[in-house]
Amino acid sequence: MAVGAYGLSFGAAAVTAGLSPVQACALSVLVFTGASQFALVGVLGAGGGAVPAVLGGLLLGARNTLYAVRLADLLGLRGLRRVVAAHLTIDESTAMGTAAPPPLAGLAFWSTGLSVFVLWNAATLLGAVGAGVVDVRALGLDAAVGAAFLGLLALQVRDRTALAVAVAGTLVALVAVPLTPPGVPVLLAALAVLPAVVRR
Amino acid sequence: MSTWAAVLGLAAGAFALKLAGWLVPARVFEDPRVRRGTLLVPVALLAALVVVQTAADGRALVVDARLAGLAAGAVALALRAPFLVLVVVAAATAAVVRALA
Repeated sequence: MAVGAYGLSFGAAAVTAGLSPVQACALSVLVFTGASQFALVGVLGAGGGAVPAVLGGLLLGARNTLYAVRLADLLGLRGLRRVVAAHLTIDESTAMGTAAPPPLAGLAFWSTGLSVFVLWNAATLLGAVGAGVVDVRALGLDAAVGAAFLGLLALQVRDRTALAVAVAGTLVALVAVPLTPPGVPVLLAALAVLPAVVRR
Repeated sequence: MSTWAAVLGLAAGAFALKLAGWLVPARVFEDPRVRRGTLLVPVALLAALVVVQTAADGRALVVDARLAGLAAGAVALALRAPFLVLVVVAAATAAVVRALA
């Protein structure tokens, strides 16, 4: 259910940002990691270039590397199955795979990854086509994109350190928007994690 | 054209990040600072994306219907509304504010 809602929002957000429905669907098939896709269209929609848009998406996708390390240890796959599993390495499949009892970890990972893949892409298509035929501003869909980021953010803020980083990232962006080209404020905000990371 | 470059560039990079975790020895990622940084960077970026998406128009900071939509979405979030409700409330609020303005 939640995946369907994210996918619809993503398809609509991508088209609102100026991508074609085909480009929106290509992102969901090929990138298949929601926050990174949202970041790319967010930066492009704000007038940012391809380079800051891709960098922003990659910074958000780096957590998938940590997920994959845990899954590799747990599932021990080889060859082509490992390559396919890599593509399906996202929040949901990792959560289910690592939460299941060890004998069922593989089943939980594959069934979650594949069903999210199907649902995510179907919902993206619906959202992209839907947003293409309506008046985006009159329906407030541009405001929905900001709210979608807020919803994604809320999922990631689980302690006080994360809350402090969120506040710092907000302040960096507010200061940077008038001073730097579109797209750059989002990348500069990544610096807001430094105090929390360097500290012992 | 550059949009397609961005789409394909992110596709390649995002897959490389995923595959790296499956191929590279786990100890490379054991440094707690690397772990903390990797998990906190999305928080900072998403916060900045909220700003860019609701308060920026090019290089200008602006207050418009999008901010009203975000505020309504924040209330929905505080009431533990599901994601779909959050975005619909934000969109509807911005639409009403625009219609009234």
